[in-house]
Order: sequence, then C-alpha cells, then structure tokens
Amino acid sequence: MRLPFANIPIWPEGASKAAFEMDLLYLVIVGLTVFFCIIVFGLVIYFVAKYYAGSKADRSNPTFHNMPLELAWSLIPLALGLFVFGWAAKLFVEMQAPIQSENALNIYVVGKQWMWQMQHPTGQRENNELHIPVGRSVKLTLISQDVIHSFYVPAFRTKTDVVPGRYRTLWFEPTKVGKYHLFCAEFCGTKHAEMTGWVYVLSPEDYEKWLQDNRWGMGDEGVTVAQAGQALYEQLQCSSCHAPEQRIGPPLTGLYGSTRTLSDGRRVVADYDYLRQAILDPQAVTVSGHEPIMPPYRGQLTEQEVIQLIEFIKTLSAPEAPPVAEAEQSDDSGGNG
Amino acid sequence: MSAAGVATKQPEAVNYLNVDNSIKSWLLTEDHKRIGILYLVTISLMFLVGGIFAMLIRLELLTPAGDVVMSDTYNKMFTMHGVIMIFFFLIPSIPAVLGNFCLPIMIGARDVAFPRLNLASWYVFTLGATLGVTALVLGGVDTGWTFYTPYSSSFSHTPVIIAVSGAFVAGFASIFTGLNFIVTIHKMRAPGMTWFRLPLFVWGQYATSLIMVLGTPVIAITLLLVAVERGLRIGVFDPALGGDPVLFQHLFWFYSHPAVYIMILPGMGVMSELIATFSRKRIFGYEFVAYSSLAIAVLSFVVWGHHMFVSGQSMYLGMVFSVLTTLVAIPSAVKIFNWAVTMHKGHVKLDSPMLYALSFIGLFTIGGLTGLFLAAMAVDIHLHDTYFVVAHFHYVMVGGAIVAFLGALHYWWPKMTGRMYPEPWAKLSALIVFIGFNLTFFPQFILGYLGMPRRYHSYPDEWQTLNVLSSAGASILASGFILVAVYLLWSLRYGAKAPANPWDATGLEWKTPSPPPPTNFTQRPIITEEAYNYPIVLAKNGEPDEAVKQEEAEKHEHA
Repeated sequence: MRLPFANIPIWPEGASKAAFEMDLLYLVIVGLTVFFCIIVFGLVIYFVAKYYAGSKADRSNPTFHNMPLELAWSLIPLALGLFVFGWAAKLFVEMQAPIQSENALNIYVVGKQWMWQMQHPTGQRENNELHIPVGRSVKLTLISQDVIHSFYVPAFRTKTDVVPGRYRTLWFEPTKVGKYHLFCAEFCGTKHAEMTGWVYVLSPEDYEKWLQDNRWGMGDEGVTVAQAGQALYEQLQCSSCHAPEQRIGPPLTGLYGSTRTLSDGRRVVADYDYLRQAILDPQAVTVSGHEPIMPPYRGQLTEQEVIQLIEFIKTLSAPEAPPVAEAEQSDDSGGNG
Repeated sequence: MSAAGVATKQPEAVNYLNVDNSIKSWLLTEDHKRIGILYLVTISLMFLVGGIFAMLIRLELLTPAGDVVMSDTYNKMFTMHGVIMIFFFLIPSIPAVLGNFCLPIMIGARDVAFPRLNLASWYVFTLGATLGVTALVLGGVDTGWTFYTPYSSSFSHTPVIIAVSGAFVAGFASIFTGLNFIVTIHKMRAPGMTWFRLPLFVWGQYATSLIMVLGTPVIAITLLLVAVERGLRIGVFDPALGGDPVLFQHLFWFYSHPAVYIMILPGMGVMSELIATFSRKRIFGYEFVAYSSLAIAVLSFVVWGHHMFVSGQSMYLGMVFSVLTTLVAIPSAVKIFNWAVTMHKGHVKLDSPMLYALSFIGLFTIGGLTGLFLAAMAVDIHLHDTYFVVAHFHYVMVGGAIVAFLGALHYWWPKMTGRMYPEPWAKLSALIVFIGFNLTFFPQFILGYLGMPRRYHSYPDEWQTLNVLSSAGASILASGFILVAVYLLWSLRYGAKAPANPWDATGLEWKTPSPPPPTNFTQRPIITEEAYNYPIVLAKNGEPDEAVKQEEAEKHEHA
C-alpha cells in the first residue's frame, strides 16, 4: 500500500495465512499506541497551556498523591498489555506448527555466507530463489553452514534465525501468487545485504510445470534428496558397519523417530538434530551396547550432504517401501497440492 | 536566594574550578565535580566520533545501491557507531557526568564515598575508550555492537579482541561508579536527608547503580569468552568447536537488556528534577516514581529473552519473557503519568531544560509504546532485526537518554561552569533536535514494518523515499547537536555569570554557589523538609497567595 499523494510505500503486501491476523494485531497495537499518546500528549499540552506560569488558573489545594489514580494508570495499561501478550502468544504458537501439516511440502534450506541453498524433496535445487505452490503448507528445515543467518520473507510476516549446529523449522502457507522478497535478517558478514533473493508463489499448475522444467535441478540428475543420500551412503561405505548383517554399528532401519539409549544412560529421540550429531560427532552420542569407533564426519560433509543422508535414513524407517517408491510418492503428493 | 547575591558580588570566590588550574591538579583530582567534567570531555569526544559514523551511515543509505563505501566499510561503520555510542557514551553519560557532579551535592555530602576509586573509574574508562579507538584505527570491527557468535569469534577478520577488550575494561569503570554511588547514598546523606527526602534523580542513580554492579560482570565474562574462543580456539559458542551460539545471546542480553535501563533510568531521574523545577511543584506520586525505578531495575534482569523469540529458544520460555516484558512497561507508564500530572496546578515555565523534558515525554512515550510491538511474540517474528527495532531503540536511547542528557546538561550547566548559555539558542536547539529526531527515526518504523532488515548496506529501490527522509532528518538532528556544542562552548568564555539558583529550584545543589566551592558546602547542610518543597496555594481563589507573591517579587529582584 502506498500513500495516495506520494510514491511512499506504507504497508507491505501480505501473502501468507498468518499475515492477516498479524496485521490485525499490529493495527490493534498501533491503536493502543495512538490512544496512549493522545492521553499523554493531551495532558501535557493541556497542563502546560492552563498552568503556564502567570496564568490565572486556579492552583488552590494541589494534590500530590492519589492512590486510585496510581492504580488506574498501572492496572489499565497492564490489562491491555496482557491482552496483547495473550493474543500474540497464541498467534506465535499457531505459526510454529500449523494444525494442517500432513500435506506439507518439506523443503531444506542451507544458509551460508552469502547465499541460500534450497533443496526440494523431489531433488530440485535452487539458490536464492524458492518456488512454492500457493495454498499448501510449506515446512522449511533450515540450518547454517557457518554463522547465524535469518530467513525472512516480509510478505509472509515470518522469519527464523538459521543457526549452525542445529535444525530449525519454519512453517507458512502462501495465499497469494506473486514474487516476494527474501532477506537474511541476521548480520552475517561482508555481503549480508546481498544475501537476498526471491520467493515465487506459483499456482499449482505453474508449480507442477516448474517442477518438471527443473527436473534436473542443479547438480545430480533427477535424483531425489533421499536418493542422493543413498548414493552418499554407498560412497562413504556406511553399510560396512551399519548393514544389519554386520552387527558392528547400530542398524539404521526404523531408526528415525525411535527412542534410543546412549552409553551414558541418556534416552534421546532420533530426530534430525540427533542424526546430524550422530554422523558428524558420533562419539558424543554412542548408542548403548556399541563401541565408540565410528569416525567423526565433522568438516567432511556439507550441510546439504548431511540432510541427504538423514533423508535417506528416514526412508529406512518403512522397510516395506523402498526409497525410490517413497520419493515418487512425495513427488505425486507435490502434484496433488 | 541570598547565596546567589554573594556569589555574584565575589567573582573571585574559591570554587572547584579556579582552586588550582594546573594540568596535574586535574589529572590527579579526587573531586567528584572535576571527575564529572573529565568524563564530560571524554564522552563528548566519543559522541562526536559515534555521530560521524551515524552521518556516514545515513549518507550511504540515501541511495538504494551500496555506492558510497564498500560493504565491509559500511559494516564497520554501524558497528563502531553502536559500540562507541553504547559502551563509551550512553552508559557513562548521565551517571558518570551529572551523577558524579550532582549526586554528592544533592544528598549534602562533601564527595563520593571512594574518591580515588572514582578517579580510577575515569582512567579505566579512558583506557577502555582508547582500546575502542585503537580497534577503529586498526581498521574497525565489523561484528555489529552485539558481537554475535560464531561470527565474532570465528569468522570476522577484524580486530574483535581489541574491541571487546575496550568494552570489557570500560565495564569496570561502570562497576566502580555504581559501587561508589550505592555506598555514597547509603552512608553519606546529610543529617535529615531520609530516603524519602532524596531527590528522585538520586533514586534513579541508585537503581542504575544496582544494575551496573550486578549486570556488568556478566558482560565482562561473556566478552572474555569471545576473546578466549577467538584467540585460543577453545569452543564455547562456535558449534564447529563444540560450542553453542545461542548461549552467547543469553549471556549477552542478560547484561545488555538491563544496560538499556542503565541508559534510561538516569534520564528518568533527570526528568523528575526538570518537571518539578519548571512546574514549581512537588512530583506527583513521589513514592511511586521512586519505587518504579527500583521495579524497573529488578524486572530488567528477567526480560532478556525478548531479544531471542526467533533465535530458537523454547516457545514457553519465550512466553515467560514476553509476559515479563509487558510487566516492565508498567513502571515506565507510571512515571510518565506522574510527570504529566505533576504539572497540574503548577507554575509551568518553558525554559530550555523544560523543553528538553517535554521532548523526552513525547519521544520516550513513543519509544516505550513501540516496545509493546516487539514484546508481542508474533509481531516480533516479523519485526525482529528490522528498522522497526532500530527506530524503537533510538526513540528510547536518543529520544529518551540523549534528550534527557541534554536537558540535564542545560539544567546544571550554570552550576557546573558558573556561566549561563544564551537561552534563545538553547530553545531553538531543543526544537531542532525534536524535529530532526522525529524526521530521522519515524520513517524507520514504517520501513521496519515494510520489512527492511537492519545492517543493510543496500536495499530495494522502493524504500528510497523513506530513507531519504530519514537521512534528511539526520542532518537536521546533527545540526541541532552542533548548535548545542557551539553555544555551550561559547558560554564558557562569554556567557553571563550564573547565579547560585538560576531556576529558582529547591535542592541542595542550588543552595551552594555556582560553581560550587571545592568542598561543596561551607557548612554541612541539615535537611528539614521534603524534596521539591515549593510553595503551594491553599486558599481557593484564582489569585496566588501571599507566599507566592513574595517569592515572585524576590525573583524579580534578582533578575
């Protein structure tokens, strides 16, 4: 939105499900701000004018204390503040994990100085651009390869810090076809201001077309993330210990999402962060009953490769469905969305 | 009143300035007033340096492209602007200059409790500032004033260790000052100066000192850990070394949020003095204003996580910080309302310090209320690290703290220097600063909601107009500051001699000559009345009563 009399933008475009409610909440707080400013400025201007030194105003019996007044101007702002807190906390929780997430599109984002690398589950990769379909929940899994970045799309009214060493998730549901700014919002070094890009929200048909046109994204030809992970798994010869018949490393089948007992007695859920650590720094999370003999892969794998390996391990959770079929399934669901 | 007459009739009376003019006497002084002046000189130089960087930043942002300086240079400019303004100007500004100068006099003491520690504080501060300037001379640091890890500890190619050492060392100056004030206020009040007869400026300084003493060690340790990780590669914050980058943010904000109150609480104390003096009325709800300073100091330590809603801290932890942040707003609101109502049935005069005070009310009210947007978790997702945040904290730090500092400087200038500045120019400066400030920072609220991230060297074309407005405002604001510097310096030589009590104010500092004698008072004062004990009208007629008439007549005599 722009000012009518000048070419000055005053309101950002809103293109996500959360944007409407956030704008509403923002406007309510703007209203409260204006309300209190009017009271305070009004009082100040009125008193200065009326009690200007030398004026004829009645100054008899001034008061210096008034308990009900003190309570009123403490408790009323407090109540309004708590109302804002409650609403904002509710919206925050909703934005963290939407209720309708079964059909979500999972996209992996790696931030590094100074670019964004996106991987679609079906293998398409892109840098500093993100193509997504309108009307479908998107779940980003983000990690940084170096310093802290922040993935920020103003039109979606959302952002999250992208931190090295742990995965973050960001949910949103684009509601409007268009092209929107993507920024890095956390200062990350020399070209921080150039770590920008575009998010393209496409109609489902255009998205399908985009997926087809970019079938052989960047790098590996027509390979899903999980398939790329499988290739890595073979290349790194992980199976020489982790194949069930080897009985050296813990088997990986059914690993993702299961609860494991570590040699130091901790019980952990094998989620993204756990698997990442188990690959990069395995001796810190040795599974109970196994020797701490796996070599650490820290510094030897890129974050994208780690994500590929984890995606491959995830496919091992359902032994009846081979990885390729799984990948095709997610490709199909992409078409349905 | 009679003291004023004495001071003007005996211009050669011994005061803290003319008692000894040698350089040595200044460098080895244990007089709190001289130490205040030493601090004023040091921080004014730092403000000049920080201000030049601000102007260069606004120059770069005139155009969307990054065309004035290189990206690295720009990153160093905003970092040095932030580091210098926060650690070497704002934190020491009111406490170390006006607190040092006025606080002992206001409580009727001869000096602070530990005069040598006080001098040591200035030397330590100067060493810290020198280290900061050294980092600058060596090319400048590019981490942002927040020194976020692992960028600062493992990635930046700039002299980070020297810069954090500067902030580390300057922190001790803060601790020394805080410790000195706490002990001074507890142990050295004049007979009859009970806690609830203390001027509210002293309450503000007391609350500030608590934060300085309790919070500063945490930032010291945090910055030391950054230096250790950077210099010795011992993993604390960098995940590549086994550390946790978000831990740094917790430790950093554990100090740096309370530090915001180190900057604003003394300003609030100044406000109470100015509003009472220029309304000729006791502050409304004195106890509420006093206790609200302590409430702010205590609550300030439990809100740091509101800087981290999108950093990945637990959602439930975020809620706790969000609700506590809502609570900390209340004592500030209480102060604002009490100041406003103080003017009710007062005799309001718009001398330049009062113009700065009214400017503070306007700007701090906006600064405080815009904090509500950022405390609201969902809205903060969008606004975090955008220009909205930049605008918000400048409304508090410049519109609040610096405007209060200027108000205080104008208010106590005659006391400190014995000279009056030209009042019309001072009024003009208050107006210029107010207009320039709003033009600089109000457009940034809009830019923030539009989504312009902070610390950006270049930006999309559609945001140029708002940035041009902001840069134009910055030039107006800068000319306001330059104007202040010019006429204050001018007044040192050409200003009229100041009477002991130019504002007709209560308070012990106005009962001693301007400038005060080295020992502050010739006789130890004994306090028998409340603070701000201005005459009041009890009769219910429109006319001022006899006491007021007499007061007015007496004032005209001196004028």
